[in-house]
Amino acid sequence: MTELSMTVNGKTVTGKAEGRTLLVTFLREELKLTGTHVGCDTSQCGACQVHVNGQPVKSCTMFAAEAEGADVRTIEGMANADGSLSVIQQAFQDHHGLQCGFCTPGMVMTTAALLKENPKPTEAEVREYLEGNICRCTGYHNIVKSIMAASGQDVSAIAAE
Amino acid sequence: MPADGGIGASNKRREDVRFLTGKGRYTDDINLLGQTYVHFLRSDVAHGVLKSVDVAEAASMPGVVKIFTGEDFAEVGGVPCGWQVTDRFGEVMQEPRHPVIAHGKVRHVGEIIAAVVAESHAEARDAAEAIEVDIEDLPAVVDMRAALAEGSTKVHDDLTSNLCYDWGFVEENKEAVNAAFEAAAHVTTLELVNNRLVANPMEPRVAIGDYAPGTGDSTLYTTSQNPHVIRLLMGAFVLGIPEHKLRVVAPDVGGGFGTKIFHYAEEAFCTFAAKAVERPVKWVSSRSEAFISDAHGRDHVTKIELALDAENNFTALRTDTMANMGAYLSTFAPSVPTWLHGTLMAGNYKTPLIYVNVKAVFTNTVPVDAYRGAGRPEATYQLERVIDKAARELGVDPIALRRQNFITEFPYATPVAVEYDTGDYVATMDKLEELADLSGFEARRAEAAARGKLRGLGVNCYIEACGIAPSNLVGQLGARAGLYESATVRVNATGGVVVMTGSHSHGQGHETSFPQVIADMIGIAPDMVEIVHGDTANTPMGMGTYGSRSIAVGGSAMVRAAEKIINKAKKIAAHLMEAAEADIELKDGAFSVAGTDKSVAWGDVTLAAYVPHNYPLEDIEPGLEETAFYDPANFTYPSGAYACEVELDPETGHFTVEAFCAADDFGNIINPMIVDGQVHGGIAQGVGQSMLENCVYDSEGQLMSGSYMDYAMPRATDVPFFNVDHSCQTPCTHNPLGVKGCGEAGAIGSPPALVNAVVDALQRGGHDITHIDMPLSPSRVWQAMQG
Ligand code: FES
Ligand code: FES
Repeated sequence: MTELSMTVNGKTVTGKAEGRTLLVTFLREELKLTGTHVGCDTSQCGACQVHVNGQPVKSCTMFAAEAEGADVRTIEGMANADGSLSVIQQAFQDHHGLQCGFCTPGMVMTTAALLKENPKPTEAEVREYLEGNICRCTGYHNIVKSIMAASGQDVSAIAAE
Repeated sequence: MPADGGIGASNKRREDVRFLTGKGRYTDDINLLGQTYVHFLRSDVAHGVLKSVDVAEAASMPGVVKIFTGEDFAEVGGVPCGWQVTDRFGEVMQEPRHPVIAHGKVRHVGEIIAAVVAESHAEARDAAEAIEVDIEDLPAVVDMRAALAEGSTKVHDDLTSNLCYDWGFVEENKEAVNAAFEAAAHVTTLELVNNRLVANPMEPRVAIGDYAPGTGDSTLYTTSQNPHVIRLLMGAFVLGIPEHKLRVVAPDVGGGFGTKIFHYAEEAFCTFAAKAVERPVKWVSSRSEAFISDAHGRDHVTKIELALDAENNFTALRTDTMANMGAYLSTFAPSVPTWLHGTLMAGNYKTPLIYVNVKAVFTNTVPVDAYRGAGRPEATYQLERVIDKAARELGVDPIALRRQNFITEFPYATPVAVEYDTGDYVATMDKLEELADLSGFEARRAEAAARGKLRGLGVNCYIEACGIAPSNLVGQLGARAGLYESATVRVNATGGVVVMTGSHSHGQGHETSFPQVIADMIGIAPDMVEIVHGDTANTPMGMGTYGSRSIAVGGSAMVRAAEKIINKAKKIAAHLMEAAEADIELKDGAFSVAGTDKSVAWGDVTLAAYVPHNYPLEDIEPGLEETAFYDPANFTYPSGAYACEVELDPETGHFTVEAFCAADDFGNIINPMIVDGQVHGGIAQGVGQSMLENCVYDSEGQLMSGSYMDYAMPRATDVPFFNVDHSCQTPCTHNPLGVKGCGEAGAIGSPPALVNAVVDALQRGGHDITHIDMPLSPSRVWQAMQG
């Protein structure tokens, strides 16, 4: 076990990890940030998506030790400063972009990364960018709609509420 | 949209706020003081004699608390099956013992051989690797036809064969059906496979057992759609713990789709082991483990024949199906290919004679049980495919052939034992034609052809039986449980309402939709109503969420309990206003006396119930809390029509889904936004089944599709925006809300539309192809094109 230190959601944190401890395990078990989820063991599902030094990362693909000194952001750090839902989070609620909520933290983190790179993505660009995030509940319809709405586009012409 | 946020309003989901901020509480988010971790050592062979399991070295490894093997569970009950099917000769099905940990033999890859409980998961896993297992391999039984052949290796030595049951339905109609085929002007025959699937909710299963030595109480935290069912099955049949000493908690559940209905060995293990080691025991399934331990779905091989007269009226239907049970009978497995499948074979059509034969087969594979739709997708797929094939053979329009044979008068008693209370199949088909702009298809096809692409259109109908189920009926059919639902409505002194329900959301948004109903009934804001579910300690005995039953059965129980509340509240109001009870009206959260301007607020009445100073104590008790159990009089019958358009590249066989439309009739709707979402998700799973997903075993019983690298889950690029509509509404006639349920429709209705569309595209391209088995991967399509 070694002692690690990093910035998570703007706060400096420390915790213990073995060499083989994954970042996602460290976040969930050591830091008790259970919003980041584990949906697979082959780096396919994206439920564990976080940002490390501003870049989207599947936290199951990285050892905790590799994040030593890094700036990590998780779903717990995505709301507005006053605790209200951010634009992306609000768009997911407004457009029913989640059902069971298990993929949702990863979807929100991926969306934030996408909109940083591409502030007005087309439907095709959104779908392409979600390649690494699996949702079993929504059929993606309302996720894509939520993301386009979060980017400020008018989604009223897309079928359904 | 109603302005008050009651029935019919697309209220935003209140549960979303916690899910969007990382504050959900799923089972894996729970950690108990002093918790240990279990790692299961699972069989890597499909069939073999377990000669020895040597744990000596492993037991001395760091962190190991205790190791369990099949010996430890020899005296404990097996994992029970909740449905006993009687075969066509009047005999009950063959039912093997399903041990919690393998004993004597292993029967599928993934079966538990030993369980290591340790201080950390890593230590448990390390120690499991040091266990020495000696297995004498036996030939694996994988293919169903081979399993039924004379002299086949048996999965269970103590059974007479690998046949679980041979079910005929309706057996008395068999000869008449055969005679109708003799007399038919045309017979269409289709052989098909309903591919085996893995449900894959994104949250893997988790179980935590906890035991309180001071009181002798056990608690199980688990990822379940129905905690009371787990408590009953595990307590009564496996571990012998009475309900009052056992609590089952299912907190936020990350999707289920059926696979979290069943009682699993891991749940019984964690509960048992927690008592044995007197510490909490936690198990978290990895995705790889989920593939070899979650019950799979579908896996039917069917021959279906449709008889028509000279005017193209359907005269008879005959099917012959083999249904894979896997190695053991999972909780509801026997009911899926029988009562959830045979009773739906009439579909939307007035076929007068139907005979369904199903042989359920044991194989050395993971148990197979209900997956979204459960039996109804299998029925719909074969029926809608054979009708499409018949239309093409006869050279008639597939939609016209369907319309000609639609049931148009209700109630309608089918020849397969169920009676549809209401529906309007013409209306949903009309709506579909409009939604999908079918009149514009020819132009779209021509435009695609100009780009060298084959555009195809597939249409189908579906009917499902939801709102499961009338208890006395299912009892006669072999269910070992009642299928009512319950609700306790507790009104607090200051007027807030808590509804404790046996239904349990695993993504359906009950915390939002259920309050809409109460809000409407009383005339208060939905946020004055809270839903409590998922914990046997604070909900009345209820059967949980599956079979699109929550609003139809659980919602009905809630309405019944709320009616009792309102009746009692009216008595209190009458007393307060010194009026006759019969004159009291409740509207917009206030009680008034008809024909006067007297009124008391909801909150005044609720306060009086708990502070009964001025109260009719001689007539009624204080307090305002009522429970109702609702047992449905019939199933509900949602129905609809679906259309899919594909564009196929004739060079490669690759195709894309260009459009998907659904016109559903769910009866009355509580929250349209949630209903749309349910249909979207269902369609994506149906598209997944029909073009991507396939659970494949090799001849040795090894799972070839055991991860997301090999099992193709639908991704965002595989599906288009869906066009869904539920404006056709024929309310259910026998439940108080007139609701039918919407959770499974998308998965039931969509596979035939997609396959019909691909066949259509290929035939338009001049290929003489009448069928391709799902999933329609580019390679399968391309191979079919090569003849
Ligand atoms: S848990 Fe990291 S990608 Fe699935
Ligand atoms: S909302 Fe359930 S997996 Fe996406």
